Amino acid sequence: MTFANTEISLTVLVFIVLGMMLALYMARDSAHNAIRSMSRVLRNGFRMSAKALVPVEHLVALRNREVLLAVGRELKERDIEREFERIESSVKKELADTPSLCRVVQEEIAKLEDDYQKCTEVPPSPPGWVKAVEAVANIKGDAVVEDILADIHESLKKAHEETTKEYRHSRKERHSLLKGMMPLWRKVLEAVNTTDKNVVSLLERVKVIDRYMDDYEQILNGTDRAVRSLSESSFRHFFISTLVLAIAVGGAMINFNLIAHPMSEMVGASTHISVFSFDFLVSDIAALVIILVEITLGLFLMECLRITRLFPVIGALKDSTRQKMVWFTFAALFSLASIEAGLAYMREMLTQDSLATAAVLRGQAASVIDNGYTWITTAAQMGLGFVLPFALVFVAIPLETFVASLRSVVGAMTVSLIRGAAFALRVIGNGFYHLGSTMIHVYDLAVFLPLWVEKVVKNRKNGPVGVVNNDRRKVELKEAS
Amino acid sequence: MIKRIGVAILLGAISLLVGCGGGGEDGPKNRHRGVYMLIDTSGTYTKELDKAQNIIKFLLAKLNPGDSFAVARIDTGSFSEKDIVAKVTLDDRPSMANQQKRVFSDEVDEFVRTVKPASYTDITGGVLQAVEFLNEKDSGRKTILIFSDLKEDLDKGYIRDIEFKLKGFEVIALNVTKLSSDNYNPNQYLARLEQWQSRVESGGGRWRVTNDMEQLEQIFVN
Repeated sequence: MTFANTEISLTVLVFIVLGMMLALYMARDSAHNAIRSMSRVLRNGFRMSAKALVPVEHLVALRNREVLLAVGRELKERDIEREFERIESSVKKELADTPSLCRVVQEEIAKLEDDYQKCTEVPPSPPGWVKAVEAVANIKGDAVVEDILADIHESLKKAHEETTKEYRHSRKERHSLLKGMMPLWRKVLEAVNTTDKNVVSLLERVKVIDRYMDDYEQILNGTDRAVRSLSESSFRHFFISTLVLAIAVGGAMINFNLIAHPMSEMVGASTHISVFSFDFLVSDIAALVIILVEITLGLFLMECLRITRLFPVIGALKDSTRQKMVWFTFAALFSLASIEAGLAYMREMLTQDSLATAAVLRGQAASVIDNGYTWITTAAQMGLGFVLPFALVFVAIPLETFVASLRSVVGAMTVSLIRGAAFALRVIGNGFYHLGSTMIHVYDLAVFLPLWVEKVVKNRKNGPVGVVNNDRRKVELKEAS
Repeated sequence: MIKRIGVAILLGAISLLVGCGGGGEDGPKNRHRGVYMLIDTSGTYTKELDKAQNIIKFLLAKLNPGDSFAVARIDTGSFSEKDIVAKVTLDDRPSMANQQKRVFSDEVDEFVRTVKPASYTDITGGVLQAVEFLNEKDSGRKTILIFSDLKEDLDKGYIRDIEFKLKGFEVIALNVTKLSSDNYNPNQYLARLEQWQSRVESGGGRWRVTNDMEQLEQIFVN
């Protein structure tokens, strides 16, 4: 009974399968067309989407390029401006002395000339009466002449000695004058060297300006080299500024921990504020606000000193107003730093108090001993509390770089994302197309039996036709030959 | 136009912050804890007071500024403010809170030194007093600690068949010692615990028994 049932079931199943196969075979062409058109529609849709992204990508890339060039131009203008300011200050400081230096050199040279004139050697005057002596000497055999000659000899000898002495004296004077010329020469040399150094420094600055101007020109012309260079430096600046900002965040966290607990002594330790189901202690918020105010003051200070240019309004202020702002922000920062140092001291006091209370509650009041090193911790905490606000001032510099480079980096990333999306869409479109082909083959696999039958039938039909065709071809060949 | 938009955004932000800060319709969420500890001073249980003293000091160490704490004794008629040995609401400033903790600790020490055994044990009256105290303080988390063997022994004339209203309360029985009679019949001990549990839970409270300090620490840390 069971066997019979199974047999019937199998027969029914076979019929169903065959029926389905037949139905699928009958719908084969339509199914193929449907699959093919569906895969084509999907492929075209995805490819069109990918194509639609291309102009967007170009637009974003173009905008990025414009922004990059604009930022680069601004930075380069600032560099050039600063270099000119340096040259101006250098000219004012160093070359302003040039006229006085020239006067010094001229005076020294005049002195040298004068001394040189004095140094010229005056030859000793030749004895004018030598010929008279010779004439007297020619008179022979006269005792008076001998006496006269002896006197003359004596006088001559004496005169010679005096002349020699005078000559030696004048030579000594000349030597001393020559010796006195040495410092003058040195002075002149020094003046010339100073001038030379100033001129060389100026020339170097001029070279730097030349280089900047060259870059600036490239940026103005919007060359690919300039864009590439700006893009590279933008990425570099972005990563470096991110790293420095991360370090600054670490510093701010230490600062926060230093002052959060003692702030509870001022604003209470049990008051909370809830924002979006997150609870925050008011003392924590107060500590955070103090740190943020310090950072803001630091930004203003850097802006007033014209180190950063995040706020054009501050940069456009009068110099005197900026100076006042510098002093005001510095005073505010100093006050906050002092407050933080005080809070850091209070933190230590509170810790000690809590420890003492805990010891009392444990019944160990006597065991609380001051080990004598507590002052080191207290001093270190106070020092940190005072120094960290000033350290946070410098956050303005990486922050400016971060903001400036962020736009370019985000733009470049957007372009890459769009490009990636377009590529992915193309790949998916092609994938659907090939999936359609595969599905057609799979469909044929499901109706393999009717297809096989069809092939067999066709072959049979083609058999006689093939023979006839062959006969015809033979006849044609004969006719042709 | 831009000014109007700016004002609208500002007002929106303020109302959002105020709305968030308010904690919705229920008003601001109260995070302060209120703890009321009842200490059994009847008969031989006074020997256990050293343990109670340690628990009180442990609790003092765990409490934060803004929390309220009271210690009361269980005697013949415990439904009275006079039975409160020491009470405090810790100041917002940590330094003041520490000072208050020390004073509280001294008061408890003094009580333990001078306490005299009570003739009767009115635990229900103590619990009622605790409920009243903690409701007055309006603490966010209300905990009643009962340091007792839970054997109630009322004097004549004291009516204590009153239903508790303990919704939002947690009642923790500490150091529930076994009486000598419990050794003969442990069912008495178990029945005692069960009776208190049903009374507390029927009043809407949560019931716990712990004889372990570590468990208590976990409760107060959480």
